[in-house]
Formats: sequence, structure tokens, C-alpha cells
Amino acid sequence: MKCPVTITVNGSAHARDVEPRLLLAHFLRETLGLTGTNLGCDTSQCGSCTVLLDGAAVKSCTVLAVQADGCQVTTVEGLAKDGKLHPLQDAFWEKHGLQCGFCTPGMLMNAVDLLKRNPKPTEAEIRHGIDGNLCRCTGYQNIVASIAHAATQMAGGK
Amino acid sequence: MVNSPSQRTVIGQRLRRPDAPDKVKGTALYIEDLDFAGSLWGGVLRSPHAHARIRKLDTARARGVPGVRAVITAKEIPGRNVIPMVQSDWPVLAQDFVRHVGEGVAVVAADTREALAEGLAAVQVEYEPLPALLDMEEALAAGEVMARYKVRRGEASVALTRSDLIVVEGTYQTPYQEHAYIEPNGMIAAPDGTGGVVVHGSMQCPFYVQKGVASALGLDLNRVRIVQTVTGGGFGGKEDAPSAPGAHAALLAMATGRPVRLILTREEDMAVMSKRHPARVQVKLGATRHGHLIAAEIDYLLDGGAYATLSPVVLFRGTVHACGPYRVPNVKVESRVVRTHKVPCGAFRGFGEPQVVFAFEAALDELAERLGQDPLVLRLKNALQIGDETITGHRLSESVGFREVLEQVAAASDWKRKREEYARERGTVRRGVGLAACYYGVGLGAMGKHLNPAGANVVVAGDGSVTVAVGTTEIGQGMVTVLTQIAAESLGCPPDAVRVMEADTSRVPDSGPTVASRTTVMSGNAIRDAAAKIRAAMEPVIADSGLPWREAVALCVQKQIGLAAHGWAVPPATTFDLATGQGEAYVCYSFSANVVEVEVDTETGETRVKGVWSGHDVGRVVNPTLGEGQVEGGVVQGLGYALTEEHALRDGRILNDQFSTYIIPTPLDVPEIKSVLVESPFPWGPYGAKGLGETPIIAVAPAVVAAIHHAARIRLYTLPATPERVWDAIRALPPPGEAASG
Repeated sequence: MKCPVTITVNGSAHARDVEPRLLLAHFLRETLGLTGTNLGCDTSQCGSCTVLLDGAAVKSCTVLAVQADGCQVTTVEGLAKDGKLHPLQDAFWEKHGLQCGFCTPGMLMNAVDLLKRNPKPTEAEIRHGIDGNLCRCTGYQNIVASIAHAATQMAGGK
Repeated sequence: MVNSPSQRTVIGQRLRRPDAPDKVKGTALYIEDLDFAGSLWGGVLRSPHAHARIRKLDTARARGVPGVRAVITAKEIPGRNVIPMVQSDWPVLAQDFVRHVGEGVAVVAADTREALAEGLAAVQVEYEPLPALLDMEEALAAGEVMARYKVRRGEASVALTRSDLIVVEGTYQTPYQEHAYIEPNGMIAAPDGTGGVVVHGSMQCPFYVQKGVASALGLDLNRVRIVQTVTGGGFGGKEDAPSAPGAHAALLAMATGRPVRLILTREEDMAVMSKRHPARVQVKLGATRHGHLIAAEIDYLLDGGAYATLSPVVLFRGTVHACGPYRVPNVKVESRVVRTHKVPCGAFRGFGEPQVVFAFEAALDELAERLGQDPLVLRLKNALQIGDETITGHRLSESVGFREVLEQVAAASDWKRKREEYARERGTVRRGVGLAACYYGVGLGAMGKHLNPAGANVVVAGDGSVTVAVGTTEIGQGMVTVLTQIAAESLGCPPDAVRVMEADTSRVPDSGPTVASRTTVMSGNAIRDAAAKIRAAMEPVIADSGLPWREAVALCVQKQIGLAAHGWAVPPATTFDLATGQGEAYVCYSFSANVVEVEVDTETGETRVKGVWSGHDVGRVVNPTLGEGQVEGGVVQGLGYALTEEHALRDGRILNDQFSTYIIPTPLDVPEIKSVLVESPFPWGPYGAKGLGETPIIAVAPAVVAAIHHAARIRLYTLPATPERVWDAIRALPPPGEAASG
């Protein structure tokens, strides 16, 4: 049995018939070919698969595609606009907020949500904000610095 | 301008990572992101038993499952059923016996995930369970020794009986540690259409995977091409272990004539891939009343698991570094790694040092207390300097920045004041600071000489862009950035003209593994060798023309100068005698010391890390941002080892095989890490550089445990220092007023 869904991903509407058990993560990666969203575990612990669902950060391995029917999804591929990196993407490059890069898409999407809710976070608030995302390379220090840097850049306007 | 050597400025710069834009855009292609037309799903049927005889293995039903394209067991392997590593004991697939939970028994390829699951379930195996050796002491008693080493220097046993020495003794236990790279292992193999195979995958050591695949398929090495994909972390876990999934995927691809993707789940990866060896270390350490180390006896035991993989080499490194970066005139080290019916342990950042360094440094902290000396003063008093000998009798003639490292981390952390002030704390939550140090032989050393050389192919195109191919890998640590800087510096071109390629066995000769903090030194020197040849060809043409790089290249092209070269680096010769454990174990050493500050809640046993000051003598810092990144990441991995990370096993099965039950540090668990990078140049290293990948993790746990002692007056002999262990130790303290022992 397949269910029809229409999910808007990075601004484009996609109508598909999907198995009810299909995870949003697999819908993005395998149905749409958007492989920027990474899968590091299947238990919603690592946070690599974090995307925005109607603007809020969710772990896309914990959401079924059918639950996202009619919703807006933003993935890491949707962050840059007209070839220009999002300030968070630029900050992760500038401040060395990544090493292997596998956790980076999830970190970025979580940080987008964090800065939308709290545009001027303290270091402690940043650490709380990304606590659901694991990184094994960086010790988190430069991830925190990157998000703080992006917040400053975004507050300064374009 | 084509820079002359005196004008060169790329080394030491904070060049931004060339690979970061793809990683922030989501366009970097990890193994699971690759899509090969017509590819099949591959999977492994794994043993549920720690030790059993395979009485029957029937694949007929599995082959009949719709969508199943191949089922392979040991008897269908066309080549040798061996993954070559240090010893030839590691089978591609179990034959007649299984020797650990999770060992591969059969591999299956199918059209869909569902058909694969059905196919795996339809393989019929009858096991006859056998008694399993699950304890390393029992394995030792049973004589199941895979490898043993020793160090003999002076007369340790005699010296330790001297009546003028203060002697401390202890037995230390360390747990399994999981690499916990965020990207699980995975491989995609495809027939190349000419009788060979191409394997793409997440890995550190393409040439290891090449040998494993060639052995299993019975092919020449030139029929097996291995391409590393963007790799989501390694830490040693993608050194030896990936050869197994590489061989499994390649077997299925050749049997089906189709590409086969074999991506491990997180649970599978944690349950069956390699880990840091659990260890038991006995230390007996004696010093004069003035604090001069006189003698040490160390008995070091590692649990190797079912197959040797890299265990002998891991043990060797731990053995020769057993007494840390100190002068100890009388030393006896006995070390053994034993075979048990558990998952094979292998390479992990630090490579046999974290276990024995934890024990030795903890004993040294206890010795300082017995002597009534500051732990920093005791270490400074015994610190290796130029002209001193290591415990293997290696006289150090250059690049020993250990004293500076100790002094600088002490100053940066305000050690002396905190040491005095925190000792007076009496509240429920108490602060403490602890210190520990280590050194690390750079490169493969006496046990890995045959793998030591590394190559580079450098090609300058007509437009001045430069392609650099090396055999070592970018696994997140920043190799591409550092080698871009070294290539730019040695060619005299702008860094943005350089592209360092992903590792591919068809591009360079076997350049050994990406391990042992050797990449900057070995691939860096190979690039310098190639660049020197290209510069030598260019000089007669460009002479003193002062032309910018791209114009200089254009002129050389016009004059038909070949602008490509192969570089090869072979480290200086060393000698080592395994019978005595004396000689030059490694070509040079990186030095490190950490100060850790903690708060211990004496009512709950919880430890919070409040600060880490981590110092490293790295020879020359090629890129400070990347260097600090290595330190921060390594220290945090060390904090996990110190405080939370361990595996629980039942009947040889790992029970905590998920991130929900195997607890690595989160952003809330760790403080800011202050890196201190000291430069004591290593003349043979590229621009003086030594390795930095591993020192950051090694001396973290003993510094944490020393800080816990400073805060709560308890000695811990077992890692990790969980709240339960801390609480138990606090409860075991004599009531205030009674004399505390040890």
C-alpha cells in the first residue's frame, strides 16, 4: 500500500506515492536524491540527519515521510541562496567548524533553528542548542565558535 | 611571483580548508551518497556465538529467495580466505568455526533491502557452541598469547629493592573504547569490465583494503583499484577494519557482475568493527626521596580479541612508550596481547599508549604524593631532554620540546595557584587540577618499516594548476589543507593553484597507511621531493625572470619542459633489537602534557570537567587552526575515555551498540580546550614538522584521574571514572581524622 504525499523541499513541491513506513530521511536521500542529509545512526541520537520541518529542526530519521505531507522541508542543500553561502555555512568554513564534515549538515540545520529562536545566544545557549547533535572530530569548540560568529554576522545585516 | 625559499610564507598560515565548501553545502560525497547504476544491496550474516563449530551451512534456500543474486560462504571464495595483516589468521568469512560474536559467516547480495534481509534470514546455519575464552587473564593462563615484547634496561628488579627508594605499586584496568566516527563503515564494489574490481569506500588505508581484496579474489594488485570516498571520521577505526567489508563487497560484485553496496548500520558497526584494546597494567615505580626516578617494572596485558589484525604493533608501541617521556635508568617491561573469543581489537588513535600511559602517569601522581612533591616538579625533574636516552636506549639528539610543553601548560593553566588553593576546599563540590604527560614516536617505527615509505605524484598543468596525488587519506584531520600548504611552499605557487586528490591506489605506489601521525611528515616529504624535481626543471627557464607562477609555467610549457614528478620519502634508518627492547624505536617523538581542571560532587560522584590546557611539541605547526582542531578533538575523545566510555559484554556480545547506550561527550559535557603548540623542529620533517594526530588523546585520562584525586582524595585504578566508581571510592575513604592510606 502506498500513500500519496506532497512535500515541499527547499521550495520545490514533490508529489510522490510512498510506503507508509518510509522515513523522511530516506525520502530525501533516496526518493529525491538529496544526499546532503547524512545518516549516522538509526536511533535519533547523532543528529546528522537534522532538517527543518516547517521551520523547526527535526531529526529526519524519526519522522515518517507521510508525517511531512503538506509540509515545508529545508535541507542543507537549501541553505545557500543564488550561489551565496548562508552566513552559518560561511562561518563553519571560516572558523574551522568542521573536520570530517559528516555531522555538519545536521549541525547547520539545528543552528539555523537555534539562531531563529535566539539570534544572540550565549556560549552556554549555543551548547544547549546543539546538544542533540554529536560530533567526534572537533570537540565542539569551533562549532560553537562558528555559530557565535554567524550570529554576529547575521546581526550586522547584509 | 614565484617565491624564492626565503620569501615563502605558506607554512604556519591559517589557510582555510579547501574541502570545507562542499562539506557545508552538503555536496561532499560520502560512500552512502554514491549511486552506481544497477547496484545491489550487500549484507553479512554474522555469528551469534562467541565460539562455535559450524556443523552445517546451507545456502540453497537463501539462493532461492526472489531478488537474491548471490550467496557466498568461505568455500566460494576464489582466492585465499585470509585478510593479510600482521599475522595471517583473519578469515574473510568463517570456515568451520566462528571465533567471535559478529564474525561474518556468509555474504548476500540482493535487488532490494527487503530481499537482502530475507536472503540473510534464509541462510541455514547449525552451530555447535564451544567453550569461549572471554577473560584476558584466563586467556593468558591458557597460553593464548598472540605476541609479546619486552624492554630490558639496567637492573629494575634489583634496583626496586633498594632501601632508599620510595616505591609505589598498582594494578590498572582500562576499558574498550569505540571510535564512534559519525559515519559508519561502508564500501561499494563494482567489476571494472576488464576482469578486475574497483572498490570505493570510507577508509584510512586504501593499500590495506587493496591487499585484502586481492587476497580474497585471487587477483594481482593491478586488478584491484581502491578509491577513498570522503570519509566521515576514522581515528584508527578505518585502518585495519575496512578490509573486511571491502573484501565482502568485492566478492559479491565479482560473483554477480554488478556493483554491490555494503553499508554497515550503526549497531552493526559498533558490534563487530575494531575497538581500543581493554588492558590490565601492573606498575611498580621507584624514586629517590628527592624525586629522581630510578626503576620501573611494568607488566602490560592487552585483550586482542579473536584475530591478531594489528594487535602486535599496537602492543609494541605501548611497550616502548611504557615509562613516558622520562629518564628511567632501570626498566623491565613485559607485555603480551592475548587471544580471546571477542571482537578483534585494532588501531585506535594513541595505538596502545593510552592504556599504559594511564597506568604509568597515575602511578607517577601517586609517587608525587608519597614524596610530598608537586606533580609538575616531579615531571620536570625527570623530563627527557636532548642528550637523554629513552627506555629503549634511543639517545635523543634533536627536537625535544618536552620541558617547554610542561612549563607552558603549567603557566597557561595557573597550575601552582590552583594546586595550592583547591587543596584547601572542603565543600560538597570540590575543585581539583591534575597533570599528565606522554610522548609519541612519529611514524611506523621499528615494527612497521616495510610500510614506511610514501610517494607523491605532482603534475603541473599548462594553466599553472597543480594536481597532487598521495597515498594517504583525508579523514577529517586536515591532510588536504596541510599538504596543499606544503605543495605550495615547496613549488612556490599560490595555494589556490593546488588540488590534492582523494587517495586512489592507481595513482601512486603503495604509500603505507594513514596512521601513526605520519601523514604530514611522510606525504609532505614525498611532495617536497617531487616539487624539488619540478623546480629544478623550471629554474633554467625562469631563472631570475620574476614571472608570476602561471606565466612561469606557461613559459616552461612553451619550452617543452616536463612539469611532472614522482616523489618518494623514506625515513632515516633505525636499528632495534627485539630480544632486549633496545634501539631506536621511532625516528623522532612528539611530546605532550595536559592540565585538567575538574569539579567533583562528593555526594553524587559526578565529575564535571571545567578546563583543559593541552600542550604539544609538534616540531613545526604547518597550520595552527588545524593543529588546534586536532588537539580539541583528541582531548574531548580522551575525556570520553576518562569519564563515560566503555562497553558492557555478555557472553562475548557487546550490549551497548548504540549512541543511546555508548556515551560519547556532547557539547554540554566539555569545556573550552586551550591548545598550547610548541615548536621544536624535527630537521627531517617537512619544514620541521612532526606528527600531532595522536598525542592529544593519550595523556587526558590520567590528568582527569589526577584532578579527581586532587579534588576528592581518591585514587582510581579503573577507567572510566564514572559517578558510580567515584562515589564508591569516596565511600571507601576512612572517616575524616583518621590517617588516609596511599
